[in-house]
Amino acid sequence: MANLPDTPLLDELEQGPWPSFVADLKSLAASKAAVGQLLGQLEKSYRDRCNYWTGTVLNLRGYGGGVLARYSDVRGEFPKVAQFHTVRVIEPSGYVYSTEALRELCDISEKHSAGILQFHGMTGDVLMLGSDNESTHAAGEALMSKGWDIGGSGGAMRTISCCIGPARCEMTCYDTLGLSKFLTDTFIGELHRPEFPYKFKFKLSGCANDCASSMMRSDLPLIGTWRDDIKVDQEAVARFIEQNGEEFVIDNVVTRCPTRCISLSGGKIDIDDDNCVHCMHCINIMHSALRPGDDRGVTILIGGKRSLKIGDMFSSLLVPFMKMDSSEDWDALIALVRRIWDFWTEHALEHERVGEFIDRISMASFLDGAGLEPDPQMVRQPRTNSYIKFEKYSTPRMYGEPQKKPNVVDREVIGPETSTSKESGLEDSGAEGEL
Amino acid sequence: MTANQQAPRDNGAPDFRKYLHPAMARNYGRWLDHENIKPGVYKHISEDGEELFTVRAGSPRMLSVHAVRRICDVADRYCEGHLRFTTRNNIEFLLTKEEDVDPLIKEIESILGLPVGGTGRSISNILHTQGWLHCNLPGTDASGAVKSIMDVLYEEFISDDLPQRLKISSSCCQINCGAHGDIAVILQHHHPPKLDHQRIASCELPKVVGICPVAAIRPARKDGKDTVEVVEEKCMYCGACHGQCAGLEIRDADTDTLAIWVGGKSANTRSGPAFMKLATFGLSNNPPRWPEVSDAVRKIVDAYKESARQYERVGEWIERVGWKHFFEATGFEFTKYHIDSYRFARTSFNISAQARR
Repeated sequence: MANLPDTPLLDELEQGPWPSFVADLKSLAASKAAVGQLLGQLEKSYRDRCNYWTGTVLNLRGYGGGVLARYSDVRGEFPKVAQFHTVRVIEPSGYVYSTEALRELCDISEKHSAGILQFHGMTGDVLMLGSDNESTHAAGEALMSKGWDIGGSGGAMRTISCCIGPARCEMTCYDTLGLSKFLTDTFIGELHRPEFPYKFKFKLSGCANDCASSMMRSDLPLIGTWRDDIKVDQEAVARFIEQNGEEFVIDNVVTRCPTRCISLSGGKIDIDDDNCVHCMHCINIMHSALRPGDDRGVTILIGGKRSLKIGDMFSSLLVPFMKMDSSEDWDALIALVRRIWDFWTEHALEHERVGEFIDRISMASFLDGAGLEPDPQMVRQPRTNSYIKFEKYSTPRMYGEPQKKPNVVDREVIGPETSTSKESGLEDSGAEGEL
Repeated sequence: MTANQQAPRDNGAPDFRKYLHPAMARNYGRWLDHENIKPGVYKHISEDGEELFTVRAGSPRMLSVHAVRRICDVADRYCEGHLRFTTRNNIEFLLTKEEDVDPLIKEIESILGLPVGGTGRSISNILHTQGWLHCNLPGTDASGAVKSIMDVLYEEFISDDLPQRLKISSSCCQINCGAHGDIAVILQHHHPPKLDHQRIASCELPKVVGICPVAAIRPARKDGKDTVEVVEEKCMYCGACHGQCAGLEIRDADTDTLAIWVGGKSANTRSGPAFMKLATFGLSNNPPRWPEVSDAVRKIVDAYKESARQYERVGEWIERVGWKHFFEATGFEFTKYHIDSYRFARTSFNISAQARR
């Protein structure tokens, strides 16, 4: 084929049982000369073990995010991929599509771009590869005129991703798809225009199984949970035992419970729901017999990110339970997010994710800044070192002389303006005072 | 309208309600139970007793428009024109007629050339990034490495008899966009960045200095111009500066290697989420097939299959049998480099006298 350079190394990736992207792209190269040159450049990378793309910025008017611009370092050799950009298209919640919608994306991609689509990028978006400086604008225009939208690159909010939730799962504890859309639409400005210190990701999982991998891959995971009792259908339990045996239930359900809150006696499951941490294991195994309770909501966590700079960080618990059913509940989440963003964007360093920010200033200061109360469920255990700055005891001494008793702030004597604690004042301490 | 006249339309997210399979829309929030009827096939049952079948197929993530249209043709024939993708880049075909499941699988395999599987206790598709195909930072490729590893693990994708599900991810630099997995393959750099002062001149120098996590980058003057210098003893070769400024080239085709990490987990089940830990390192960055990487991954999968208990993820299995067993069973050497030396290193030490014989 005229459009195809020799690619002996890539050709090896046409062998083997797993579907080959090389074979697929080669079939596209017949109608898209750029794709042939893309493979040519990739072959060169394979041969030299060297990358040949330079990344930079290209913005559609009014947008600060949504295009990943790539220029080929070897454009002399591969002029048709001299400019080869990716458009980040906001995906429908839960990655559900009609074939009509997919064909529409295909038509736009084929007309204005290289005809390569990726479902989906690690952040959850549809990637449309291969437009140049001019056609990227045309691709964006075509997408937007059909009701699609783009966004989520640079110091901006990322496209939100979520699990399949209520569309096809009995485990889900809230409407992950609906909330994803609501958050995306509410924060569409933050998606379009980078105005944060660095990126911010939401990921939504309907239960603790975390099918959206939110714990490790988002700044603010929303994990579905419940606060009443696990629903037990003892007849279904009996059927399960009949099929699998009591020993199976003991080995794989009872003894696997992280808080040992489930027991089996006389063929019946008994759960100490006060000590259930809603990990989902027992429900996963005995899903016909056990179900999440009815009083459902979310657990909100904060601060997950990947390795860059200070190493991997998981999100940690911020709000143990919050209802997420009504529009008031959703508005309360929006208000919380805005408080977090206000504090983070005001005080974070350049390129500092919210998790790194919390590490630097302390969780206690973050809670003060975001207007949240400390909760014992935020920690695995209280601190083990004794070096603490209590606001209650450590008010700066004005005259240097050590005092015989602790330097307790007394509002009545010193007045509120010297107190660093909040409204609740003296009783409310614990938190470290310094940023 | 010319191209430059556009402004944000603020369309927002596409409305998923329009795209839901009719059975999903009818039973939204009213699902009762599910059954993994065979590898790659789920049956979901709603409160009304309606059944929805899902056939899951692996994909290379990157698809030509031709491939997408072929997939649409199949979905039009069997799925009332609706399908979805999973977090791990699988394609899920949705249908309500059980008798259509096997003919659909046949078409997925023969017409689309995609494998059916990836459900339950299998190895699902590998999460990966762009690599040499389209990223500006990678030290290796993603799509090719994934293809090579999945060729080796193909049987584990189309069957589901592992102790528990096993998730693999791959990353082409130490930013680690591929994220955690039960097994993760990540490229590693071994030298401080090489400086190209001409390219550095076009970067925002305070940002370049500020992004270094170990304060190894300092402002400097060279030939009367502002630039930066790197304190090589401090540098840990993370490459954060390279993302900020292309003039600090962290990659080295001659010396970059790949490392394999194990035990990452996002699910909150049982032991909770877990970081992945270093298993082995120094594997050759060897396109087009990366055989050293596939071999090492295979060893871990085999050792896991051999001694893990049912429902134990890789990290939980190692936690129970101990790292001593892990290194013996895989044949990987445990070295001083496996002992953490960065933040929170001491939290990974064994602060007890508990040791296996």
